[in-house]
Amino acid sequence: MFEHSDTINKIISKRKLSKGIHELWIFNPFVSKHTKPGQFVIIKVSEKGERIPLTIAETNGDNFRIVVKAVGKSTYELCSLKQGDILFDVAGPLGKPSEVKFYGNVLVIGGGVGIAAIYPIAKALKEVGNKLTVIIGARTIDDLIMKDEFEFADRVIKATDDGSSGQKGTVIDFMEEELRNSKYDIIWAVGPAIMMKFASEVADKHNLPIWVSLNSIMIDGTGMCGGCRTLIKNEKDGEIKYVCVDGPEFDGRYVDWDSFMKRLNQYKEQEKIAFERYLDQIGDISWL
Amino acid sequence: MAVRDRIEVLEQPAEQRKNNFNEVALGYNYDMAKEEAKRCLQCKVPTCISGCPVGIDIPGFIREIVKENLEGSFKILKSYNYLPAICGRVCPQEVQCEGACVLSKVGKPINIGALERFVADWASENNVQFENTEYSKEIIIKNNKKRVAIIGSGPAGLTVASELGKRGYQIDIYEALHEFGGVLIYGIPEFRLPKSIVKKEIFDLEKLGVNFLKNIPVGYAIPVHEILEDYDAVFVGVGAGTPKFMGIPGSELNGVYSANEFLTRVNLMRAYKFPEYDTPIRVGKKAVVVGGGNTAMDAARSALRLGADVTIVYRRTEAEMPARKAEIHHAKEEGIKILTLATPVKYVGDENGNLIAIECVRMELGEPDESGRRRPVFVNGSNFIIEADTVIEAIGTEANKFLLSQFPDLKTNKYGYIITNEYGQTSIPKVFAGGDIVTGSATVILAMGAGKSAAQGIQKFLED
Repeated sequence: MFEHSDTINKIISKRKLSKGIHELWIFNPFVSKHTKPGQFVIIKVSEKGERIPLTIAETNGDNFRIVVKAVGKSTYELCSLKQGDILFDVAGPLGKPSEVKFYGNVLVIGGGVGIAAIYPIAKALKEVGNKLTVIIGARTIDDLIMKDEFEFADRVIKATDDGSSGQKGTVIDFMEEELRNSKYDIIWAVGPAIMMKFASEVADKHNLPIWVSLNSIMIDGTGMCGGCRTLIKNEKDGEIKYVCVDGPEFDGRYVDWDSFMKRLNQYKEQEKIAFERYLDQIGDISWL
Repeated sequence: MAVRDRIEVLEQPAEQRKNNFNEVALGYNYDMAKEEAKRCLQCKVPTCISGCPVGIDIPGFIREIVKENLEGSFKILKSYNYLPAICGRVCPQEVQCEGACVLSKVGKPINIGALERFVADWASENNVQFENTEYSKEIIIKNNKKRVAIIGSGPAGLTVASELGKRGYQIDIYEALHEFGGVLIYGIPEFRLPKSIVKKEIFDLEKLGVNFLKNIPVGYAIPVHEILEDYDAVFVGVGAGTPKFMGIPGSELNGVYSANEFLTRVNLMRAYKFPEYDTPIRVGKKAVVVGGGNTAMDAARSALRLGADVTIVYRRTEAEMPARKAEIHHAKEEGIKILTLATPVKYVGDENGNLIAIECVRMELGEPDESGRRRPVFVNGSNFIIEADTVIEAIGTEANKFLLSQFPDLKTNKYGYIITNEYGQTSIPKVFAGGDIVTGSATVILAMGAGKSAAQGIQKFLED
C-alpha cells in the first residue's frame, strides 16, 4: 500500500508567477496528505544535486505546491523543469507546524517569495476565526506574487517599493502604521532575512510576539547534522536550536539575526562557482 | 608448533592515498587469501565464533577457502550475515572475532575480516547469488501474510530485513534520507567503505523481496498510528544521529562543523566532488578535529583529502582514544598530527563570522571516571591559541528524537534511548528496537547483532 508509484514527484503543473519566481505543483501523497501550515520539504532536483529546503505553499489531494525564486544553481535548475518532469528526491513534510489557534487580531506579513510561505498559515489562521490583516510586498507590482489569493483575509495591504500597486512603501512601513493604529495580538512574518529582522525589531518595540520562518542552510532536515543551527537568545543567555526540527518558526525577537545572516553567507564563493558553471551550460535564461 | 606470520593486506601507499578518496585497504588476492586461510587451526571448539556478534561459522567459511570452494564459503558467510562485504571492512575485529582467535596468544590472529571481505568481493565480482534454501517453501508462504515495517535503513534495520526477509515476511523499510544504509552511507567515508559495496549488498536484500522506501520521514510523512495499524510488527532502528556540540562560545561561526554535517556533506552528498556535485564544503588550509573516536579519524582523514593540514585535538592521551588502533595508525601515516591533553574552550571569528582561531586549554589526567578511564581536568592558566579556519567537533552523538517525538508511548531512558528487553521488544508489544537508538552510539556489527536478536524476537512474537 505504501509503494512508490512511477509518478511520485512528478511536476503536475508549472506556472511563472513573476520574473524569476515559478510555481510548481508536485505529485507526492506522503507529503500532501500530512502537511500542516508552516512545514517544508527537502528537494534534490537531480542525481548530483544538493538538498534544498522549500516551504510547502499549499496542498490539494495528492499534490502539493511550492513557489521557487531562482537565486542560484539549484533553484534555477528547479525553475527550468517542465510539466511532466520528475524530481529526483522529495522528503517531507518536515519541521514543526505553525501554532495555529484563535488569538484575536492577527497581522500576517509576506515579503517577496515569502508571500507563498505565509499563504497556508494565513489561511489556517483565518479558518479558526482570527481577524486577519495581511500585508504582502515586493519591489514592483510585477514582482508581487499571489496578489489575488489573499481575498479570504479581512484586509489585504499590497505594498510596493515604487508605489506601482497604489500603496508605496515597504512591508515594514505598513507594519509600523498598522501597529500604531490598531491593536494586534500576534504577528507572523516571512520573507528575506533582513525583512524578518526589521519586522522583529518593530514587534519588539510593541512588545508583540512575532513568528518568523527561518530559511537556514540545511542538508538532511531531520536533526542529524546541526548545519541549520541558530542562536536563539532567551532571557538568560542563548541556546543553539536546530531550525529543521525545533523550527522553522521562532519568535523573531529572540533570534540572533547577525549570526543567522552571516551563516547564510557561508558558501557564497562556492555558490558563485556552481552558478556560473550552470549558466555556461544552459546559456539563455530569458525564459526566467 | 611455530605459528606462521600473518599475510599482510595490500594497501594504497600513504603518499598516494592522502590525495584521493579511493579505498585504502586493497584486500587479499586469491593466493594470499588461501595462504592466510591455511594458518587457521580449525579449532574443535572455536573461540573466534563467540567473539562475533552474529556468530558466523568462522572455521567453516575459512575451511572452504582452503578447499578452493569459494561459493561454499560465501554461502556459509551469507547464511549468518547478509552484509559480509561491509562487515569484513568496518568491524573492529581486534576486539571481536580476531581478538578471540587462539593464535593471538602466540602471534597474530587470523585475519578473519580480510578473509570475509575477500570471499564477499569474489562473489560480487563473479556474480554469485545467494539462494535462500534455509527455510522450506511452506514456512516462507506461511510468513508471507505477515507485514513488518522497519524504520531506518542503517545496519540494524538492514539486518532485521535480511533475517525476516529470508523467512518470507513482507518487509517495508522506511528511510528518511535519499539513500539507504544509514551511517554506512553518510558516516563512513568512501576510503574505508566504498558506497558501491553498500549499494550492492542492499540490492541483494531487494532480491529477497524487501521493499525499500526512501525519502519518508516516519512520523511526518506517515503518522505513527498508521504504521502501527498497518503492520503486524514494527522495528525501530533510527540510530543515535543527533550530534552533540561542545557549546563553547563561537559555535555558530562559519567553519565550525559537527562531524555528522561534515561527513554527510562529504559522503552522502559527495561534496568532495564539488562542483560536479552541487553540495559545497568549506575546508580551508588548517583544520582541527576535536575528539578521539572513529568518527574523529574519519573526519580528519576526509579533511586531509580535501587539502587541509589537519590536527586532531583530544582531551586525554592516545592510550585512551576509543578509535581503532589501525585507524589512528592510518591517520598518522597520512600526516595527521595528534595533539593530546588539550581541549578547545572558545572559537574566535573575524568580522564576517568566519572562524580564524581556536583557544584551547591544556588538560591533565585525574582519577578514573565511570568508564574506567582517567578523567581529564583543566590546567588553569594554560590557555593557548591554534590558528584554524575549519573545526570539526566529533565528540559523540545522542538519541535521534526526530521520530521519537512523534512516538510518545514508546518508553525511553533518561538519555532518550529506547528501553527494550533482550529480544528488542519495547513498551509497545508489537514494536521492537535495536542498534544505537537502544544502546547509544556503538559499532556497526553490534547494531547488526541487535538486529539479529530483534528479528528473533519479532519472529517469536508473530509465530507464538
